[in-house]
Amino acid sequence: MKATKRLLRGIAGVAGAVLLALGVAAPLPARAELRIDITRGVVEPLPIAITSFAGAAGREAQIGRDMSNVISADLERSGLFRPLNPQGFLQTPEQLRSGEPRYQDWRAIGAQALVAGSATMQGDGRLKVDFRLWDVAAGQHMAGLSYTATPDSWRRIAHIVADAVYKRLTGEDGYFDTRIVYIAESGPANARLKRLAIMDQDGENHSFLTDGKNLVLTPRFSPTAQEITYMSFVNKRPRVYLFNIDSGRQEVLGDFPGMTFAPRFSPDGNKVIMSMALNGNTDIFTLDLRTRRQTQLTDSPGIDTAPSYSPDGSQIVFESDRGGSQQLYVMGADGSGVKRLTFGQGRYATPVWSPRGDLIAFTRQQGSEFAVGVIRPDGTGERILTKAFHVEGPTWAPNGRVLAYFKETPTGGGRSARLYTIDVTGVNERRVVTPIDASDPAWSPLIP
Amino acid sequence: MRMKILSLFAAVLLVSACETAPDTSANQTGTGGAQTSSIRPGSQEDLAVNVGDRVFFGYDQYNLSPEARGTLDRQAQWLQQYRNVTVTVEGHADERGTREYNLALGERRANSVKNYLVARGVGANRVKTISYGKERPAVVGSGEAAWAQNRRGVTVVD
Repeated sequence: MKATKRLLRGIAGVAGAVLLALGVAAPLPARAELRIDITRGVVEPLPIAITSFAGAAGREAQIGRDMSNVISADLERSGLFRPLNPQGFLQTPEQLRSGEPRYQDWRAIGAQALVAGSATMQGDGRLKVDFRLWDVAAGQHMAGLSYTATPDSWRRIAHIVADAVYKRLTGEDGYFDTRIVYIAESGPANARLKRLAIMDQDGENHSFLTDGKNLVLTPRFSPTAQEITYMSFVNKRPRVYLFNIDSGRQEVLGDFPGMTFAPRFSPDGNKVIMSMALNGNTDIFTLDLRTRRQTQLTDSPGIDTAPSYSPDGSQIVFESDRGGSQQLYVMGADGSGVKRLTFGQGRYATPVWSPRGDLIAFTRQQGSEFAVGVIRPDGTGERILTKAFHVEGPTWAPNGRVLAYFKETPTGGGRSARLYTIDVTGVNERRVVTPIDASDPAWSPLIP
Repeated sequence: MRMKILSLFAAVLLVSACETAPDTSANQTGTGGAQTSSIRPGSQEDLAVNVGDRVFFGYDQYNLSPEARGTLDRQAQWLQQYRNVTVTVEGHADERGTREYNLALGERRANSVKNYLVARGVGANRVKTISYGKERPAVVGSGEAAWAQNRRGVTVVD
């Protein structure tokens, strides 16, 4: 808890601290400006030189070095950038800070983009971070920004810098200044201990939010990233709960006669949509967080669950076995106009609408194999991104470009559960390293 | 000679029982009838050993097989005998499904068991239900043998 609170104070520090933009994009040159075309499937990662942000000595030097490493790791993990080895750099960070890059030195080592910056401790104890980005081939300055914040939020500023570089070079919003909430697992499969846990998207700043006394499942972030809705078996009464990250306070949501589960926030954060199972029937309900009013949206005798709103809040995708097997359906936010979305072979589950609105991710179960895929909201363009013995529960990075999910692998007498991310085109699958086994990831929005 | 034939007969019966009903295979239930003396009547152990505390379901199914109904008939009789006992029926699913769907499926299974017991005269207020989905397998392992044991409804004395 302490770590979380400290982080949140850091976040507040950054929020009020974006001081000024030092430079804006230069007018378009005659040649096409440096940009990664990520509309195509597989791209050659862009070679980028990221120089050290290290200041003079002591803490400044350490923070600066660490920041460069975080920026470099973020960009590399995206699969769209190839950070070059700093040992080959011909111009020093100090030379870059005082003047223009010697472009030919950077071209000589194959760099197409160059990042330089500095981390300086100010007299008031705050940390000032400047960074600049250049297009090496065109010999042009592309972007520059300056931030001040508390020194212990250096890691967050590094992610913000990486997001700025990503956005300038891809034209799409970044996703590095985000967190992932998930379920940390330990113990034997028949008495699994499950705890809510939270970390930065790169696995750092890890902390546990619950102690494991109660079975907890399927956490999801609110649009402000300040709250989490999840399911807990407190007092053997499985219900949907709300967890406030700042205060640590937990409360049951609504007063339902049956088990509630599969919660998600509405995009405006005013409602939580969920399923309730009662007398062998599962339907979808919303709970208005201000008025506490409960509204029933589906009324089929089947299992209607895993609801997820479109980003504009006008539609809901969910899974139902009303047609005989688990398939995806879309309906209006008031429950009207239900339309079946999937007709493929196998069972379709855990739909989740992309923050961009253009795709719906899902879990598909076919024969002995599980897969994570995407489909357009009109039911066309179904694509499978990854298959395994068991993959489940995709969640979107806020830019709609990367997904996370969990993968279970049978081991001798048990199984391992791990988190992975993958590009929406189905390439660049990466493990997100967690201290212990992990499942049910949920990606936060960009931290406000 | 006669003894031999009898024991062969018994062995055949045991084998066929194993094939059709996983609840009589080498699990903790069903086959421990020898030392019933130390078991407290009306307890969970009594239910598990002398009656059968669980029923099994087909893949993605929640209807009760003839074997399951047999077990539940005995559970209903037992519950008539121990009228102070209240129970919770736990519904479980195997791991070959998604988490949220399996929670709903477990609830359906628990509800099937409850409905059957109530239809056999057990007061509805004596039977609660809870679903654990795929979260609490009885048997650890990946394969149909384990999964068949995990798709279950377990009657637990409160």
